[in-house]
Order: sequence, then C-alpha cells, then structure tokens
Amino acid sequence: MGTGTPLGRVRGLGSAKEGTHHWWRQRVTAGSNLFLMLWLVVSILSRGSFDYASMRLWMQSAWVAVPMALLVISVFTHFRLGLQVVIEDYQHNETRVVFLILLNFFTVGLGATALFAIAKIAFGAK
Amino acid sequence: MASRSTRPISPHLQVYKWGPHMLVSVLHRITGSGMATVGSVLLVWWLAALAGGAESYATFRDVFTYANGRLNIIGYVIGIGLTLALFQHMASGVRHLFLDTGAGYELKRNKMGAMASLIISVVATAAFWLILGIK
Ligand code: HEM
Ligand code: HEM
Repeated sequence: MGTGTPLGRVRGLGSAKEGTHHWWRQRVTAGSNLFLMLWLVVSILSRGSFDYASMRLWMQSAWVAVPMALLVISVFTHFRLGLQVVIEDYQHNETRVVFLILLNFFTVGLGATALFAIAKIAFGAK
Repeated sequence: MASRSTRPISPHLQVYKWGPHMLVSVLHRITGSGMATVGSVLLVWWLAALAGGAESYATFRDVFTYANGRLNIIGYVIGIGLTLALFQHMASGVRHLFLDTGAGYELKRNKMGAMASLIISVVATAAFWLILGIK
C-alpha cells in the first residue's frame, strides 16, 4: 500500500483487486449518459416525422450516427456495471456466475447489433 | 455462504417508516434495471428495424402505432413508461452524484432532494409528451 494520495492508497484494493474502478466507471458513464440521453430526448422532440424515409435520412448524418454510437457505448457500459451490482445483491453461488455471464452475453450481443445497425445506416447500404 | 448461519439478521423492511428517500432509492434500481432490459432491447430493435429496410421498419412501427401514425395503447404505455423511468433515474442519478461528494445528508435536505427528483421526473415527462403532442 502506498503512502501517497487517498486515491493512490485505494487503487487496486478489494477482493477483486479492482479498487474503486467499478464505482468510478459507473460515475463517469452516469455523466456521459446525462449528456447523451438529453441529446436523444431533444432530438426526438425536434423531429417532425418518424416515418422510414425521414428517420433514415436523419441517422445518415454523422452528427446523428456518431452521438448515437457513443450513446450505445456509454449506456451499455453503464447498465452492464449497474446490473452486475443488482445481480450480486440478489444471486449467490453458482446462479450468480451464470447470471453474470448471461449479462455479458446480453450486453455485448445487443451492443454489437446496435453499433452494426447504426454503421449500416450511416454508410448507406440499403 | 453465510445465509444459513445463526448470526443475527437485520430487522425486516416493514418495521421502517417509509419516506421519499426510500422510494427514490428503490425507484433508482427499478428504473435502471427496467431501462437496461426492456429499454435496451427496444432501442436495438428500433435501430435494427431501421437498418433492415422499409419493411422491417413498418413491422416495428405497427406494433406501437395505428395506421395513421398515432401511438396506440402499447405505444403510450411503453413510451410514457420509458420516459418516466428515464427522467426519474436521471434526476435521482444526478442526486446520487451530489450525495457522492458528501453533500445533502442532513435529514431535511435529503428529503427535499428525494422529493425534487420525483417532481422533476413527473414534470419532465408531462412536458415531453405535451411538446410531442403539440407538434
Ligand atoms: C440519464 C443519465 C443517467 C444518470 C445520471 C445515471 C446515474 C446513475 C448512477 C449515479 C448510478 C449509481 C447508483 C448507485 O451507486 O447506487 C446508476 C446506476 C444504474 N444505472 Fe444509471 N444513470 C443514467 C442513465 C441510465 C440508463 C439510460 C440506464 C439503462 C439503460 C441506466 C441503468 C442503470 C442501472 C441498471 C444502475 C444500477 C442500479 C442499482 O445498482 O440499483 N442508467 N445510474
Ligand atoms: C423499505 C425500505 C428500503 C428499501 C426499499 C431499500 C432499497 C434499497 C436499494 C434498492 C438499494 C440499492 C440502491 C442504491 O445503492 O442506491 C439499497 C441499498 C442499501 N440500503 Fe436500503 N432500502 C430500504 C431500507 C434500508 C434501511 C432501513 C437501511 C439501513 C438500516 C438500508 C441500508 C442500505 C445500505 C447500507 C445499502 C447499500 C448502499 C450501497 O451499496 O452503497 N436500507 N437499499
């Protein structure tokens, strides 16, 4: 254990040797979620129509595709960390491990699908 | 696992007097978990349907809207549910960030913060749907 700053002294501690890493990433993504979700709310409110053609046109813009991809990464990282805590609170022993692995599959599988869909629209494949 | 041991356990939840801070705490977990499951699946379904072409997008829209484009009952329940969950989680999430600095634990201020997050989420949800409805 170091004798440096308070942060330096807790880094890498805890049973998982993670220190405050999980907690801190949950806070950082809370901050980025705040901006990105407000962006999404304002964007929805400023759309005139939600039909196919106008939605495609909208998401083809880099000014939409990039924030949307960032939103997926930020929100998915955030809820991956958040649901881990919820699972650890209610599940124990083997079922906890099973749930945590399912959580990883769920987050990565769904996140990859979302990013692929955004890229496909942005790069204009029909 | 220590759950079957004879160690003393904490009193059951029902002996505590309910206050807004308890409600907000449990709502933070419920709204976060709800958005992470139902919300994320719907978001990805929407993105994938849009990427898939006009037909798959129409299938998606038909679940939540009438033929004239207005929301049906499923659309309203999901739509209002998700926006209310988002604004509640957002407000209590920001409250969390202030509490993390060690501020706002005095009984009165803590209760006020909790009440404020509940009021903000209802007002923001109402405003969202009003603005969307007017357009
Ligand atoms: C909009 C901005 C958001 C902010 C400011 C925010 C803030 C936070 C904070 C500070 C925590 C930690 C609470 C704690 O340590 O007890 C948290 C937990 C969580 N968040 Fe968010 N969040 C936001 C958006 C989202 C979204 C969009 C989702 C899901 C799609 C989400 C899902 C979760 C989950 C599942 C947890 C864990 C809940 C628990 O442990 O009880 N959050 N959020
Ligand atoms: C009906 C009453 C209660 C409900 C519904 C409730 C619900 C919750 C929920 C959902 C969480 C996780 C979310 C979060 O971390 O913010 C939590 C955490 C916690 N609660 Fe409660 N709670 C209640 C009463 C109490 C009481 C009376 C105590 C103490 C005597 C208590 C002590 C704690 C502690 C120590 C944590 C962990 C905080 C952390 O992980 O940082 N709770 N509670």
